[in-house]
Amino acid sequence: MVRSRRFEEIVAELASAGEITGGVHLSIGQEGAAVGACMALRKDDYITGTHRSHGHPIAKGADMGPLMAELLGKRTGVCKGKGGSMHLADFSVGSLGETSIVGSGLPIATGGALSAKMRGSDRVALCFFGDGAANQGAFHESLNIASVWKLPVIYLCENNQYALSTPAASVISVANIADRAAAYSMPGKVVDGQDPVAVYEVVAEAVARARKGDGPTLIETKTYRYWEHAVGLRLAYRSADEISIWRTRDPLVRMAASLAELEILDAEVRELEQHVETEVEAAVAFAKESPFPEPDDVFDDVYAMPITGARL
Amino acid sequence: MVERNVTYLKALSEAQSEEMRRDERVFLLGNDVRSGLFGTTKGFVEEFGTERVRDTPLAELGFVGTAIGAAMTGLRPIVDFTIASFVYVAMDQMISQAAKSRYMFGGQVSIPIVFRAALLYGGANAAQHSDRPYPIFMSVPGIKVIVPATPYDAKGLLKAAIRDDDPVFCFEDSSVWLTKGNVPDEDYVVPLGKAAVKREGSDATVITVAGSLLHALAAAEQLSLENGISVKVVDVRTLVPLDWETILEAAAATGRVVVVDPAHRTCSAASEISATIVEEVFESLRAPVVRVTTPDIHVPFSPALEKTIYPRPDRIVQAVKRVSGQDGLRR
Repeated sequence: MVRSRRFEEIVAELASAGEITGGVHLSIGQEGAAVGACMALRKDDYITGTHRSHGHPIAKGADMGPLMAELLGKRTGVCKGKGGSMHLADFSVGSLGETSIVGSGLPIATGGALSAKMRGSDRVALCFFGDGAANQGAFHESLNIASVWKLPVIYLCENNQYALSTPAASVISVANIADRAAAYSMPGKVVDGQDPVAVYEVVAEAVARARKGDGPTLIETKTYRYWEHAVGLRLAYRSADEISIWRTRDPLVRMAASLAELEILDAEVRELEQHVETEVEAAVAFAKESPFPEPDDVFDDVYAMPITGARL
Repeated sequence: MVERNVTYLKALSEAQSEEMRRDERVFLLGNDVRSGLFGTTKGFVEEFGTERVRDTPLAELGFVGTAIGAAMTGLRPIVDFTIASFVYVAMDQMISQAAKSRYMFGGQVSIPIVFRAALLYGGANAAQHSDRPYPIFMSVPGIKVIVPATPYDAKGLLKAAIRDDDPVFCFEDSSVWLTKGNVPDEDYVVPLGKAAVKREGSDATVITVAGSLLHALAAAEQLSLENGISVKVVDVRTLVPLDWETILEAAAATGRVVVVDPAHRTCSAASEISATIVEEVFESLRAPVVRVTTPDIHVPFSPALEKTIYPRPDRIVQAVKRVSGQDGLRR
């Protein structure tokens, strides 16, 4: 959580300074859901992400240097500078990629799960998606397919209360998105996304169920993003009070308090934070020192078995 | 060489069953693949089982995305759309995921997937069931496109597509489904991106897309007998990538070029082929390049109306006469 938080705080600075270009969507405030979920996965399990997904590969164990280099459009970026903030992927840690088309990761994760099952592997797939995606047809189609084929997939909704500026409650027909699980004959769980341990426990149970061959689970984490939909936007749809109330439930602050209760010394927490600070600084230095892609690189990787003909 | 005479549909069926025997990662999914709606998966459940021959819920967006996810993680799916218009329901997954993921992720992943769809035009199925949408996919980098016209090419191209590590869309022309042709008994592929000269000729060149090959061959025969015009016929076979070497050479050889394509005229495959011919071999041309396509109207239901709109031998004959200066018009 500290990694993800510090990584994104630096991203916010770099984006505001114009060093990171294009759309940047921060998940600051949502770390409990992302980290709690990934803690319940193995490195070889699959995840899919969204446009708001810097934290997902970090939570899955990705090296932050290539992630930061990607955001800066560098050749050493995890996607060689072809994807950017909204399309990170790190297949070395099972991240099958993020998508900026809301809801379109749901079928992809479903396919990862189908593949794991057909190949006789005990891997599972976990799909991160938001409250907005829960209204897409892809949500319905994916959950139905996963249910009838009993696929090892966990649909993990990060309900941060808003689809850009539209309040979830105003566009969702049920009190909880997890209530929709009943329509697909799968368990539906609601959990406090600001409590990573609670998220971990619910996801771990769903993962165990999936690995046993008992099929998919829909989990809804209630969470919140402190920042605007994207860096640079200023839309008036939330009150300052609402944001402050959610800030009092910050997952990092609450985790630090829990650790104190467990008599884990403050010094150890400080040491961890210092270690993360060094890691993030190294990631930024790596990204800044890395070269930009060469103009000819623009033609690479359209096809695995290249064809001739693409030209300027 | 031992050969067998099979229909176009049987050739497609053989391509799939042979590749499924050769590679256990290959599997089929789509609506009604078990019952084999058009006959290209007859007997597949008995041989390969229901795990590898998957009937899906009627949910194109969902099952296409599921297939893409499976292709990203080690399998090689063949998605059967049955009829080409149904792909529109799945366009987000086709374009934003299948076509773009490899590039956006910096080449970290390959997506070895085949999409199959019938071009069901000419059968009184009206506008929503009769589309020829391959030009849409020609303008989406990342997806290869094949349009076989003969049993030999259908089998060889589909086998090559299944072995290819990229998304390949196979558009199957229903107007040639029941035509027969020879295929060899032994394993073969027709490489993607290779056009074929189907008839030699020296006065004019007709370049064909999908089932229009048969109309062009009929037209060439008629022109030879009745007008003494010798027509070279080239079937592109693959639309992405186009075989520019063969196409441009054939165009330059006669300098009189007709491009035949059952798609709608505007932004058709014929448009792209014509534009490139003009750009690349203008000096060799002796007449403007002419397209024979379907006009920019929807496909009507009434057979009386529908039969008039597609490229037919008589329209190709007329076009060849025009580029040959033999259409009776003074210029």
